[in-house]
Amino acid sequence: MSETTAQDGPMLAADGTPLKVSLQRALRRQKLRAVFLIAPLLAFIVITFVMPIADMLYRSVENSIVPDTLPRTVAALEDWDATSGEMPPEEVFAAMHADLVIAEEKKIHTRVGSRLNYETPGISSLFRKTGRRADRMDEGNYREQFLDIDKDWGDVEVWATIKRYSGTVTAGYFLNAVDAELTAEGVQMKDEDERIYLYLLWRTMLLSTLITLACAVLGYPIAFLLANLPLRTSNLLMILVLLPFWTSLLVRTSSWIVLLQQQGVLNDTLVSLGIVGDQDRLELMYNQTGTIIAMTHILLPFMILPLYSVMKTISPSYVRAAKSLGATDWTAFWKIYFPNSLPGIGAGAVLVFILAIGYYITPELVGGTSGIFISNRIAYHISSSLHWGLAAALGVILLSVILIFYYVYDKIVGIDNVKLG
Amino acid sequence: MSGLPPYASPLQITWYYGFRVICALIFFFLIMPIMVILPLSFNASDFFTFTPEMLRLDPDGYSLKHYEDFFTNSDWQQALYNSVRIAPVATLLSTSLGTLAAIGLSQRHVPFRGAIMAILISPMIVPLIISAAGMYFFYSRIGLQGTYWGVVLSHAALGTPFVIITVTATLVGFDQSLVRASASLGANPVTTFFKVQMPLIIPGVISGALFAFITSFDEVVVVLFVGSAGEKTLPWQMFTGLREQISPTILAVASVLITISIILLTVLELLRRRSERLRGMSPG
Repeated sequence: MSETTAQDGPMLAADGTPLKVSLQRALRRQKLRAVFLIAPLLAFIVITFVMPIADMLYRSVENSIVPDTLPRTVAALEDWDATSGEMPPEEVFAAMHADLVIAEEKKIHTRVGSRLNYETPGISSLFRKTGRRADRMDEGNYREQFLDIDKDWGDVEVWATIKRYSGTVTAGYFLNAVDAELTAEGVQMKDEDERIYLYLLWRTMLLSTLITLACAVLGYPIAFLLANLPLRTSNLLMILVLLPFWTSLLVRTSSWIVLLQQQGVLNDTLVSLGIVGDQDRLELMYNQTGTIIAMTHILLPFMILPLYSVMKTISPSYVRAAKSLGATDWTAFWKIYFPNSLPGIGAGAVLVFILAIGYYITPELVGGTSGIFISNRIAYHISSSLHWGLAAALGVILLSVILIFYYVYDKIVGIDNVKLG
Repeated sequence: MSGLPPYASPLQITWYYGFRVICALIFFFLIMPIMVILPLSFNASDFFTFTPEMLRLDPDGYSLKHYEDFFTNSDWQQALYNSVRIAPVATLLSTSLGTLAAIGLSQRHVPFRGAIMAILISPMIVPLIISAAGMYFFYSRIGLQGTYWGVVLSHAALGTPFVIITVTATLVGFDQSLVRASASLGANPVTTFFKVQMPLIIPGVISGALFAFITSFDEVVVVLFVGSAGEKTLPWQMFTGLREQISPTILAVASVLITISIILLTVLELLRRRSERLRGMSPG
């Protein structure tokens, strides 16, 4: 014991190492163990989830198809001035011929055609038509031969489009996603009647806000009742909130279809009660009304649960104190209880809003054309129109909006404090 | 809200009952859409609405034919088989990886805790259509698109945030000195984990697993993009059934799914009570 009690030396652990070193070693081991436990899942999520998202982010700017398929043309076009209004020189046509012969052999000339068609309609057929005949062209004077096949090759705009989209990355998809386009004069908004995406984004936000408001209005009384009833009763009533929460989204959507159809339960009931005539049944579905009603029902538990957990912590003595000081029921509620429940409204509202703007299934099934969201357009571009770059750009915009609100949510609630049921 | 005092004014009495009526209406709004499905699924005709015979409680108005269709139609049976083949494997993956990670995250010294948490939770935050699009592109590149494992891995990724959240919540109430006590008595970390820690956090793990299971079992957006016709699941079949031709068999399927969710809810409620009882017994 005599050597460890020496006051001037460093404090030593039982095995003789300095205490500081020993503690650091223990801390390092603890950190290592934590990392070791987390690493498998982290690797799993990065591979199965983060990399796919990153891949999609890259697709929204990726443009390798034009420079890859038409490398000689891209190089030859470098010296040509698109704003001059003059046709490109003969070398450019020769380069295009060389590129097309190779592309036709590999059967990829239609892909570059459809890529450019997104920017200037009509190019797709131009490439398809010319590609087929490229290898039968004679040597020399390619410009004449191209013009013989289709006089559109004499259109300066076609060449300007190829030149504009000859880089390996492009902002074209993003511009498209906000209804703008890159023209010879720079970035411009599209014509009034061609603008769809900004309006769709706006409608998505507007409908999500309406749904959030409806959830708050319907959820507040329920959460209040549940938080203030004796535990036994409130647990019982809680099941009425949790059952829809646990029921499949598709089941709930189909029940709303059953209820809201023109020949559905709700309309039948109203007709048999004589409230509406058989001829003028209400159109409750395949429009915005359908989306709002069904999504409010689906997202309502996500409003009630956080609200309830906040209201549960508000001490009833606050309201009693206010009343004992002469406040009426309403004043005690409005001045004392309501401000205390605001964090719950905030948490629930942001959660419902985040979930709502990303919805796809319900709007697809009950939204018709006027009740669809931006997600539906993304799905359309991936599976039907195959305009993947635009889908990716729309996805990135939607994701950014959600991340902003997620950041807000994390600030007010903290993601660790999410409670499920 | 604890009953009306005897001196309540007429206005207070009106408000007291009025409020309860409002709440009853909202509860009705929550439950009625689910409950209306159950009787309709026994409809003898192919309508999505109550027939006069049903309202008269005439036995001829009811039949089991939609259930019969569900259990004999090969499309529906294939979809059910696929769902049962995919969801448990995805659940097992996300629960085992998620539980380990949650235990790691609950330790006191974790470098970059916030960033790691954000990444692990992200599958829950990112809209399904974006996840589906990203996975579709990426899995096509690596040859997973349209395969069984592609769907399982994507569903497992979507389920892990729920496991992390529920297990982390259970670990907050876990007394770390129990681990130290077990170690001081000579148990190695693995024994400690299975004999001490696991029995106490098992309710959280099970409810996390149930969340992961239901996430996979109900999921439709990602499977539409990542799967191929061979991995057609129950929700997929329902989705196409609702979009293309509204087949009344959907009502029978929906009723089966409602029954499953009632069972799940009961299990969860029992687990919650058990963990509350355990919490109540442990000191602190």
